[in-house]
Amino acid sequence: MDSQVNKLAFNDGWQYAPAPESTDHIQIDEKYDLFIGGDFVAPDEGRYFETINPATEEVLSSVALATDADVDRAVKAARKAYGGWSKMKAKERGKYVFRIARMLQERAREFATIESLDGGKPIRESRDIDIPLAAAHFFYYAGWADKLEYAFPGRNVQSLGVAAQIIPWNFPLLMAAWKIAPALACGNTVVLKSAETTPLTALKLAELIQDAGIPAGVVNIITGAGETGAAMVNHPDVNKVAFTGSTSVGRIIQKSLAGTNKKYTLELGGKAANLIFADAAIDQAVEGIVNGIFFNQGHVCCAGSRLLVQESVADEVIQKLRDRMDTLIVGDPLDKNTDIGAINSMEQLETIRSYLKIGEEEGASMYQSSGDVPDRGYWCRPTIFTGVSQSNRIVQEEIFGPVLAIQTFRTLEEGLEKANNTPYGLSGGVWTDKGAKIFKVTQAMRAGVIWANTFNKFDPASPFGGYKESGVGREGGLHGLDAYVKVAS
Amino acid sequence: MSIAEAAARLPVDKTYKIYIGGKFPRTESGRYFALEDQKGRVIANICRGSRKDFRNAIVAARSASPGWSAATAYLRGQILYRIAEMLEGRHEQFVTELVLQGVARRKAKHEVNATVDRLIYYAGWSDKYQQIFSSVNPVSSSHFNFSVLEPTGVVSVLAPDDSSLLGLVSNIAPAIVGGNTCVVLASESRPLCAVSFAEVLHASDVPAGVVNILTGFREELTTQFASHMDVNAVVFCDGDADIAKLIQIEAANNMKRVISRVDTRWSEDSAQSPYLIRDTQETKTTWHPIGG
Repeated sequence: MDSQVNKLAFNDGWQYAPAPESTDHIQIDEKYDLFIGGDFVAPDEGRYFETINPATEEVLSSVALATDADVDRAVKAARKAYGGWSKMKAKERGKYVFRIARMLQERAREFATIESLDGGKPIRESRDIDIPLAAAHFFYYAGWADKLEYAFPGRNVQSLGVAAQIIPWNFPLLMAAWKIAPALACGNTVVLKSAETTPLTALKLAELIQDAGIPAGVVNIITGAGETGAAMVNHPDVNKVAFTGSTSVGRIIQKSLAGTNKKYTLELGGKAANLIFADAAIDQAVEGIVNGIFFNQGHVCCAGSRLLVQESVADEVIQKLRDRMDTLIVGDPLDKNTDIGAINSMEQLETIRSYLKIGEEEGASMYQSSGDVPDRGYWCRPTIFTGVSQSNRIVQEEIFGPVLAIQTFRTLEEGLEKANNTPYGLSGGVWTDKGAKIFKVTQAMRAGVIWANTFNKFDPASPFGGYKESGVGREGGLHGLDAYVKVAS
Repeated sequence: MSIAEAAARLPVDKTYKIYIGGKFPRTESGRYFALEDQKGRVIANICRGSRKDFRNAIVAARSASPGWSAATAYLRGQILYRIAEMLEGRHEQFVTELVLQGVARRKAKHEVNATVDRLIYYAGWSDKYQQIFSSVNPVSSSHFNFSVLEPTGVVSVLAPDDSSLLGLVSNIAPAIVGGNTCVVLASESRPLCAVSFAEVLHASDVPAGVVNILTGFREELTTQFASHMDVNAVVFCDGDADIAKLIQIEAANNMKRVISRVDTRWSEDSAQSPYLIRDTQETKTTWHPIGG
């Protein structure tokens, strides 16, 4: 086959020397309390839990387990701060948020290193994507603070009150920024809970917010588990709930908010289709597939976890994809050569493994990359399944790991039919050199974010969020303001 | 009535039916409820729509969705304008029906006028709301990035009970002008205008299935309107906190968009705005690389 003759040899002859990011410039305390009312305070019941480095299984720190009483304390602190914060001159409020952005830029490398240690993502991603985007997000929304009337023509804009925000473990600091920045710019105060397995950068952000002189109680950051999040959602003095996580939890939240007047935004799961047409630039498309599903170990709600490739180029695309997968370096997240870091937790690794088993039981054929993985820590080789059908669980369900299900299609209509045949609708991708076809496909895809001849791009100015069961509301851009204001005529 | 009077001419009563997929069937259940005027005389036997009718209506609405959402904004605007024209022409009929259902004649006239005007208002928005709510997003990479609104899909509407024509149309118009299709439950206490409005729709080039109108018992059908898995958004206008809670819980099964329009004063200008169109729209953001 031609593609084998022309196989690109990325890793023959030369080996990459290790290039680890140093950790001597970072400071992680042995124990973290809850950031409430501008101070770090001990949790009500005095309980703490450990957070580990998923690449080494070593304990990094202990963080407080917030109880209902702690949530209540945090909401009270946020409520107390709300009056002053919402009435502050908008331009001054904006300047505070700008300050967070600037200080985050100054300390970017420290945050990136801690993000990779605590969550397992490659330093290249935390350094080049997560942290710069988080800072950019604060910078973007800071500027909105005194311009909100331009975002809602003909309407009167008001802040909501106290926002309860619950974030996931896949982009810990970035998700904190997505939640906190627009909330503050619009004049709300917040109680944010970081994910159980990745609390550290949010706690470092709490320190930064303290350093930045943000008025006490405007931002409260707590740590805990699912019960802590439930207490936040159900707290009667909360005006807004923002959640990013699984569709199953999102559904529970939507139900528990029924009958209340709390506003909510939900950023939930996805099972994005990435459509490769025969007229696409195939080598670029292969890079797009790799970025779509293996970025951040596939722990991405908008990951391109379904590849739909036009039949006439399927063999070529799959062969090139396998070749490319074999060059991906799975290993130390702190090494700048690493492409794929550690799976975030043992629990998630078990979930992924259960889906690999399901895929094989469903009769699909599995291919995993051939490279080595470290002995300790949680790892999953890049994996693809071929010979899958639309009804297979590995096609329908979100795996949240580096696992790609590959299907083929003949006509554009068939490709679209398969792409849209899912309860999710978060994102999608299309690869073709024909401009008119791009517009046809991107219009017909029922999803909130579509990448044409690219994938997994993010920007604070770009609204993000899903159709159908992928969630309610948008984060980012002008459209993301809506989540944090009430508009009246 | 004297024999002499009766012999003059017997008026022909109208059979009020439901409207599904561009057709006027009776409810599949064969059930009815008697609508009485204020003196207790039967005005009409109204179809007591069933859950099966609702499911049929959703099938019709879903089938109509691809075509209607792809119709040009200009065409949708013209069709809404056409609905207004047809309603204007049948002004007296709607006034009579409102009066029959207990609305004072003066108020009834005003309501029909306001309904025509509301249709014109939304007809005019058809090719403008997109420009108000869309954006080109200045991303910090070499991409052309823009966000546009797209219809959320199939919308179920529990129309307001007290404003049986204006309230009905004030909820249908913003949904369909934005390319959605809908299934509407008419006012339970004043259902006549909804059925007659279906006839107006039918004469206005509105494609079959774009608007489907049922009559029946609110209490019986609310759960179904909120829970059906092929509905993308549910709009409700009446009810206490318990009803709102029920709707929201049922809607969560497929993450429906839940739109509450409780306490809206339908006769006022504040009851119309492009934000009502946006209620049943999704924002889609597309990234295109810039390069050779």
